[in-house]
Amino acid sequence: MALNPKKHEMPSQAPEVRAHNFSEVALGYTAEIAVAEAQRCLNCKNRPCVAGCPVNIAIPDFIGKMKTGDFEGAYQIISQSSALPAVCGRVCPQESQCESKCTLGVKFEPVGIGRLERFAADWHNEHSTEAPRLPEQNGHKVAVVGAGPSGLTCAGDLARKGYKVSIFEALHTAGGVLVYGIPEFRLPKAIVAKEVEGLKALGVDVETNVVIGKTLTIDELFEDGYEAVFVGSGAGLPNFMNIPGESYKGVYSANEFLTRSNLMKAYRDDPVTPIMKGGKVAVVGGGNVAMDAARTALRLGAEHVYIVYRRSMEELPARKEEVEHAIEEGIDFRLLQNPVEVLGYNNPENPRDPKNGFVTGLRCIRMELGEPDAKGRRRPVPIPGSEFVLDVDTVIIAIGTSPNPLIKSTTKGLEVNSHGGIIVNEDGLTSREGVYAGGDAVTGAATVISAMGAGKVAAKGIDEYLMGKQQVNK
Amino acid sequence: MYKILRKKELNPTVTQMEILAPMVARKARPGQFIILRVNEEGERIPLTVAGTNAREGSVKIIFQIVGATTQLLNAKQEGEFIQDFVGPLGVATHTEGIRKVCIVGGGVGCAIAMPVAQEFHRLGAEVTSIIGFRSKDLLILEDEFRACSDRLVVMTDDGSYARHGNVTLPLKEMLEAGDRFDMIITIGPLIMMKFVTLTAKPFGVPVTVSMNPIMIDGTGMCGGCRLTLIRDGKRVTKFACVDGPDFNGYEVDFDEAMSRGRMYFDFERRAHEEACNLLKGAK
Repeated sequence: MALNPKKHEMPSQAPEVRAHNFSEVALGYTAEIAVAEAQRCLNCKNRPCVAGCPVNIAIPDFIGKMKTGDFEGAYQIISQSSALPAVCGRVCPQESQCESKCTLGVKFEPVGIGRLERFAADWHNEHSTEAPRLPEQNGHKVAVVGAGPSGLTCAGDLARKGYKVSIFEALHTAGGVLVYGIPEFRLPKAIVAKEVEGLKALGVDVETNVVIGKTLTIDELFEDGYEAVFVGSGAGLPNFMNIPGESYKGVYSANEFLTRSNLMKAYRDDPVTPIMKGGKVAVVGGGNVAMDAARTALRLGAEHVYIVYRRSMEELPARKEEVEHAIEEGIDFRLLQNPVEVLGYNNPENPRDPKNGFVTGLRCIRMELGEPDAKGRRRPVPIPGSEFVLDVDTVIIAIGTSPNPLIKSTTKGLEVNSHGGIIVNEDGLTSREGVYAGGDAVTGAATVISAMGAGKVAAKGIDEYLMGKQQVNK
Repeated sequence: MYKILRKKELNPTVTQMEILAPMVARKARPGQFIILRVNEEGERIPLTVAGTNAREGSVKIIFQIVGATTQLLNAKQEGEFIQDFVGPLGVATHTEGIRKVCIVGGGVGCAIAMPVAQEFHRLGAEVTSIIGFRSKDLLILEDEFRACSDRLVVMTDDGSYARHGNVTLPLKEMLEAGDRFDMIITIGPLIMMKFVTLTAKPFGVPVTVSMNPIMIDGTGMCGGCRLTLIRDGKRVTKFACVDGPDFNGYEVDFDEAMSRGRMYFDFERRAHEEACNLLKGAK
């Protein structure tokens, strides 16, 4: 059989249909397509894809199982390395990780590793009835702060090693950014809930409505008998641009806009949490969060949605597939443009005019790419006199976040860097004994999989630390 | 799930509840707030802690029935449960070095002002309380304030009870008579806090205001509660949930905060009417 030079296409909802609903965009491979795609894997000797995966899934091995139709076997291999396979198969930027290293990719399109992972995980969730084998308890207690990707991963790894793990979550639902940030059409919430249930079945406790740093401090967790703590509290305060007009009604941080829609279900017809729907929307930024906000606004009924990004398409940091989807759905990309002022309505005749204070437009300036900066990215430079106004009613700012101050300010001896990120060593250990950290709380806004990788590293670090202590005590 | 231990109607539009939430009760300090959801599909709303009983593990909340969510909350009875109750959030009111304090509360804001007044009283400070209401039937907590204040002035806007007029009236008289407070702490409608600040300004007395903007998570994630401080001529963005809710009154851009507070006015009015109809139908 001749090798198919291209990945098997992902069956998806048609753009004109999906732009008006919140159901998942990508529908997933069929068993037939999955086996055919798995056949494309050359099973090469040096397995570069494994090194490209932040959690080092044994990719050729699981694909090998899929070639024979043993999807459950494939899932079991993935789940040895990943606590959240159904999530990663959907949200990982595979094109810059495992798939970018694929040998097949040198000449052709790489194997669709992410799509295969997703299929194996979905197949397992749909068909497997086997209860997970409860690991033998080792009698040690570990606390995990935050039920997002890093915390869930760390908890899963430790639970599988026999630790008694409690996760403390500030919000009313576990999942972190997977539930408040990433929209339903990209990651159905039922899948996240299923993964959390899987952890509970391993004996992990999930306590919602507990804000570490407020309800309880890290020191109190140690007093309560936890021997180590992992901090995966995520990114915090949203960044704003510090341009005039950012306080007008209709200016949202992407976190607020997405939280209202995703976590608080403002996308429904009868929401109890309000959100501005319809009208024209400008989303500022070029990351995955910006894509999510733009596509959410579209689905909420916006007439027109712009992405305003100060660099060019080449530098756009979002996952490639999401950018393609956004373009197909009709999102209007305004590249090399940067906001300088949010305009609002002010009726000088009538200070009680109900329209006062609402957004009426976004003044932008055109940019060109100048000399490369320290990171090698070409710095965008404003073109004098090129200002213009985008006529919009809502502005959503998706330019990143700064780490949450709650834990740092209530934990003595926890060192942070100049950006407020918690400082850790290569094992995920902070400046406090027994306190580990990972994910956005350390790095600032990054990806789900890198947070999972950090959760994994810390779980290993915690295991070695506590086992080492046990040896000494014996 | 969090049990409603006791429920009491303070006036026809204001209800007090004591909720069993031991972890919150153990930590909450005056000036801090909680966030609750009434039911599984509910909205998250912030309410300031009106008192705690650490031994019993209960937290007192006092709320005005203004929107759909507070209406649903008010429909819950003693012995029933609310879905989520998280806290304490925000920074507690600073009390250090304040020996002579004036607490100015307006309307349901008095519910938040009360534990602050009690705390200063407990710490041995000289407490003057000025509490104002639109009319006599909206009066709450008079006895509680009397018990913790060295001096109490009650005002009604319409003169139906006690003294006639706004809270700024006695405040101005006291300041003019030479009362030198270390701090004025004011909690109530934005417009009232703005005018308390303006009243105090010529006398150079520091003013702390308690902001209560729209919030979702309450932990510094969404940024919906942002407000602007004007500090040394520069506009600075702050988040009420983690930086506040207390701020220096002289720095707050009240007009902007008032405008932002009306962002969902139409939505809330509709939701309130729908909830009214729903609850009427249920009875």
